[in-house]
Amino acid sequence: MKKLLMLLFAAIYLAACGGGGQNNSAETPKTNTDAKTENGNPSYDPNRGEGKFTKVEVGASLDVAMADNGEKVYGVKCGSCHKLSDEKLVGPGWKGVTSRHTPEWIMNFVTNTDEMLNKDPKAQAQLEICLVRMPNQNLSDDEARSLYEFMRKNDGVK
Amino acid sequence: MKRMKSLLLITMMLMTVTEYFSCKPKNAGTAVNSDAASKVYVAPGKYDEFYNFVSGGFSGQLSVYGLPSGRLLRVIPVFSVDPEKGYGYSEETKPMLNTSHGFVPWDDLHHTDLSQTNGEIDGRWIFVNGNNTPRVARVDLTTFRTHEIIELPNSAGNHSSPFITENTEYVVAGTRFSVPPDNANGDIPINTYKQNFKGYISFISVGKEDGKMDIAFQIQCPGINFDLSHAGKGKSHGWFFFSCYNTEQANTLLEVNASQKDKDFIMAVNWKKAEEYLKAGKGKKVSVKYAHNTYDEKTHSATSEIRNEVIVLDSKELKDLCYFIPCPKSPHGCDVDPTGEYIVGSGKLAALIPVFSFDKMQKAIADKAFEGEYEGIPVIKYEAALHGEVQKPGLGPLHTEFDGRGNAYTTFFVSSEVVKWGLKDLQVIDRVPTYYSVGHLMIPGGDSKKPNGKYLVAYNKITKDRYLPTGPELSQSAQLYDISGDKMQLLLDYPTIGEPHYAQAVAADVIKDKSVKFFKIEENAHPYLTKGEGESKVVREGNKVHIYMTAIRSHFAPDNIEGIKVGDEVYFHLTNLEQDWDVPHGFAVKGALNAELLIMPGETQTLKWIPEKVGIYPIYCTDFCSALHQEMSGYVRVSPAGSNVPLTFSLGTNQPAADNTANPGK
Repeated sequence: MKKLLMLLFAAIYLAACGGGGQNNSAETPKTNTDAKTENGNPSYDPNRGEGKFTKVEVGASLDVAMADNGEKVYGVKCGSCHKLSDEKLVGPGWKGVTSRHTPEWIMNFVTNTDEMLNKDPKAQAQLEICLVRMPNQNLSDDEARSLYEFMRKNDGVK
Repeated sequence: MKRMKSLLLITMMLMTVTEYFSCKPKNAGTAVNSDAASKVYVAPGKYDEFYNFVSGGFSGQLSVYGLPSGRLLRVIPVFSVDPEKGYGYSEETKPMLNTSHGFVPWDDLHHTDLSQTNGEIDGRWIFVNGNNTPRVARVDLTTFRTHEIIELPNSAGNHSSPFITENTEYVVAGTRFSVPPDNANGDIPINTYKQNFKGYISFISVGKEDGKMDIAFQIQCPGINFDLSHAGKGKSHGWFFFSCYNTEQANTLLEVNASQKDKDFIMAVNWKKAEEYLKAGKGKKVSVKYAHNTYDEKTHSATSEIRNEVIVLDSKELKDLCYFIPCPKSPHGCDVDPTGEYIVGSGKLAALIPVFSFDKMQKAIADKAFEGEYEGIPVIKYEAALHGEVQKPGLGPLHTEFDGRGNAYTTFFVSSEVVKWGLKDLQVIDRVPTYYSVGHLMIPGGDSKKPNGKYLVAYNKITKDRYLPTGPELSQSAQLYDISGDKMQLLLDYPTIGEPHYAQAVAADVIKDKSVKFFKIEENAHPYLTKGEGESKVVREGNKVHIYMTAIRSHFAPDNIEGIKVGDEVYFHLTNLEQDWDVPHGFAVKGALNAELLIMPGETQTLKWIPEKVGIYPIYCTDFCSALHQEMSGYVRVSPAGSNVPLTFSLGTNQPAADNTANPGK
């Protein structure tokens, strides 16, 4: 019994004085920059990306009005960094972007940029080339969808 | 039973362990308790509990601290130019500092008052006063920016300001230095003070929804010094109380000559009555000149308007508008308790604190318990309005705040301490030293109906040895106390900017979630907006050149401009195309007789530049914005006046000719 108490005594002493670091860790804000852990998570779908869009309905032919709206959004919020050709400016050129990514991935990336840059292997590979984190331009869902339609137009969809 | 015994033993052991091995240092012999550090520790990444808005004194600005950490969060430019933010340097912000005297780049910001609804802080705006060139400003608490500044005519030394009524119906301003009215001849001997000098109290109405300020009326009062004020609340709502000194009406060596009388006054103003008189047409329209400046977050621009008229009520003619209550020895602070019943006057040179009763004052007025008149205003008998005196509280009482638990806390400049006393029994409960010579103090909500009596901050006038010496000029010093228990407990000592006078604090939740993160580019209505890089251009109008420029990580468009001539008035209209939080871009031009611009996402700001010498002038982003921030730069070519270099602008296309590249030495 005495031995047990001594042990207990020692254990409490350690917990009270030796565990300073442990106490602090509870206060440390959780970071989500550890991309490896997230990538290792099998529930993550790299084709869809991370964000609110799970299924984007895309028509067989181009929605011209929507694409025109998208072009306006492009002029204000995207054109400073992305060319419509395949040439890289600050970010990659948009030519062929709709064949490189699913519509869900694109819409998640343009609306949930920071989280995607922290998580998504394809987005991270692009960041290693461009070295400028894409700004979150706070697009509304409609803006993002019109923008996607404009990307389709740029890729030759009629 | 044996098990019980063991349990008991274990419990006893645990207690012993806690006592001897809890690792808390026993810090005997200091004024600070051992748990002080943990009470002010805000872990990395965590938020403070309170926003604390502190006057920046003679810096002219408003500082924002977090409590309990004492961390400086932001300095909001109000009355002084701020080159760091381009405030007062950009074309858009220059009109904010316009006055009837022209552009005034500085003022002395003394007091702060957060807007209230039903006597409780509502977190919409904070009002601050400019003492030197009399003004009141309104700062918006969604953007933490100065949205409005109104100048006060007929005034000098706007000190008893900007205190508000319990629904922010009015913000007041009272003149500390009486002067001849603006429309009177001011070219008179100074020693005709008694005949010619007047004191004006201004009531500025505040728009219920938009906060817009307008001088509703002024009250002409005797030529004395109006020092501080506070509105009645609850039962005394409808009244305003001002401390007055120099009732001797001295115009020289005030230190001696304004300290002759045993008692000066607290002036009680029945502002509901003033409204009635105003409605009845008793006000006189007086010709004056004052500036009213407003900032519009849609056009991202300020406008300044000069106004020419104000309505004045005469305190001498309109009998039941103002009353004087005698108050010992040059009163300074004038503070009303949360119930609205007690008015605490603090005589700077007194060794007691008189506490007046609103109920007794009302009875005295009804009974006409007056001892006479002063310049036509009835003087209530001291005893008739007095609730009682706090005897021997300390030396030199200045300001009082309340904890909502029936206690008052008064600062003592001369004896350098804060004293806690009971409002009902007027007995001293506790006292703590301050470092050194405290002026104002602040309890969150401490001048409202609902104080949060957790902390108290003392703002001191003298710093001396509190921090590492920095030559003859030192920062200011503040102390944070825990007042949640019976005894006040010193927790933290930290430096502050300017000379802090009054301050306000409110629970972070009241403000933080309404904070604007960026301006929506779709809503930008600036006349020189560049909505997307495709719209960037350079336009010459005579000798004026307007550059419609955009900024985004990490380039300007355009970034090569040629065809500018010496003597041109060049306007860089920068639009920040970013649409995310905390991505400002800066902008600077070599040699410009101006400051930088700091442009928030979605905003447009303009830098004016008149090049004086021929040459190539680099421009660059001053706020590190991305890994390629160092690349965010460009060039402007300035040619001689009369040169025929064509006006051109470009981004990415102004490349060297092929042969030049082949023969760089040529």
